[in-house]
Amino acid sequence: MNDLAEIISRNADSIRKQWMAEMSGSVQRTDLMSKTELDEQCRAILESIIEGVKTSGPTNVSGPGWDTARQLLQEISASRARQGFSPTEVATFVLSLKQALFSAIRTAHTTAKNQDQLFDTVWAATELVDRLALITTEAFTATREELIVRQQQELLELSTPVVKLWDGILALPIIGTLDSSRTQVVMENLLQTVVATNSKYAIIDITGVPTVDTLVAQHLLKTITAARLMGAECIISGVRPQIAQTIVHLGINLEDVITKAKLSDAFALALQRSGRAVVRQGPERASGISSLLVKKEE
Amino acid sequence: MDRIPVLRMGSLLLITIQVDMHDKLALQLQDDVTHRITEYGSTGVLIDISSLEIVDSFIGRMLANVAAMSRVLGAETVVVGMQPAVAITLVELGMSLPGVRTALSVEAGMELLLTAAAETAYGFDDERSQA
Amino acid sequence: MNVLKRDEQPLKSSSDVVAARQKVRQWSTELRFSLVDQTKLITAASELARNALDHGKGGAMTIELISNHGKSGLRLIFEDQGPGIPDIEQALKDGFTTGSGMGLGLGGSKRLVNEFSIESEVGKGTKVTIIRWK
Repeated sequence: MNDLAEIISRNADSIRKQWMAEMSGSVQRTDLMSKTELDEQCRAILESIIEGVKTSGPTNVSGPGWDTARQLLQEISASRARQGFSPTEVATFVLSLKQALFSAIRTAHTTAKNQDQLFDTVWAATELVDRLALITTEAFTATREELIVRQQQELLELSTPVVKLWDGILALPIIGTLDSSRTQVVMENLLQTVVATNSKYAIIDITGVPTVDTLVAQHLLKTITAARLMGAECIISGVRPQIAQTIVHLGINLEDVITKAKLSDAFALALQRSGRAVVRQGPERASGISSLLVKKEE
Repeated sequence: MDRIPVLRMGSLLLITIQVDMHDKLALQLQDDVTHRITEYGSTGVLIDISSLEIVDSFIGRMLANVAAMSRVLGAETVVVGMQPAVAITLVELGMSLPGVRTALSVEAGMELLLTAAAETAYGFDDERSQA
Repeated sequence: MNVLKRDEQPLKSSSDVVAARQKVRQWSTELRFSLVDQTKLITAASELARNALDHGKGGAMTIELISNHGKSGLRLIFEDQGPGIPDIEQALKDGFTTGSGMGLGLGGSKRLVNEFSIESEVGKGTKVTIIRWK
């Protein structure tokens, strides 16, 4: 049996205590995790490390003896990623073990004269802790990436509401940059709603789109053409002055497209084309609290 | 192989394409439509493609051809009911069917054709009254 | 890249094009492609099958379920023993046609899939491979 494994298993309790102390000095987040829970985790990790060092040796952390340790660390860092720990906090959780291990090694070697063996053990401990820290960081990043991908998906679904303005008139207010994957979702969503609600007019409002480059314009044109193939008509509204300038400077041809500066203009046009008109029938009526007040005074 | 039925609805023709198109069927259809327009003096042609799951360039060309041929014979063509996925694919393919009118449903297509016919009739009246 | 399943469809007549479309629809439904992705792949298959029939004097379509690094997709290979294409770059341009289509077959299909490759030898035939990932 090798030196390191023996030292760890003999001093497991003191190592764990010092490890905990190290962490409380730097990265312990009592707001996110109780001390007893942390103590439990440290105990489990140390046990799995002893098992790993005994069966597969201290450097071969991808070996079968380390399965438990790897799994445990991955689970812990994944759950920490979700809880909102920072990368430094998660990495330091494992790296704090180093100081504790070194202390244990020093105590075990006070009487030993063999310097070579001491250095070998220290090196093995360093390498071991570093590798474990890498496993932790990798698992942390993977979980964060999963989170990001899921949120992107949710954002895509959330960000394209199609609203019905009137019988046969839809509006799609686009907010944010249009890229290819988003345009596909926007397009499908709009066209499906056109069919489902039997709406001949669809107003695409781009007030919330920061810039219109050639690509965005192409995406818009494709949506409009697809709508036309289905028998619906698109009106673009919310063209801001800068965007109008960019469109002309870029030489984008929007001649076959009806564009309006404001959503209300586009709505008025859609009403007019569908043979409707908004007519004022009398003076503006007081409403809400003010109307109550008027009654009282009388 | 059987043919695609061409139905007469007053001054209009209604064609509902439901089967997977192939060459002979397409040629037969072009033949039938042109004959029926002259036979009945139809002023409009409605092609309902709502049950078509894809439109490739072959079917696209067939639709464009029917529209062009009908126009030569004095009838407007409206393609109705194209599915969203089909429309998106067709645009990506690079086909926008210029010169083919479209509508969301058979009712909307009929309305379009009848209004168009009424407008041309008015135009004719105006010219006569001015003369 | 692993091939998990494979099937073949001869392309000798107009009704084979219909059969090829149905086969692609069936496979892409099984793989749970979205409706738009299904439609795009079937349309591309229809274009290329018709190309093989009209310009290549018939051939065959091979359909494969493939997986690569955890993602799965469909690969379609269209092979014919026709006259071949002398200038592939020109053939990929929109509006280029020698047959009866609108000249959107090759270039159009390329836009409908994720991966597209074409090999052609004059006098021997043409092989077009397309992949759509899920």
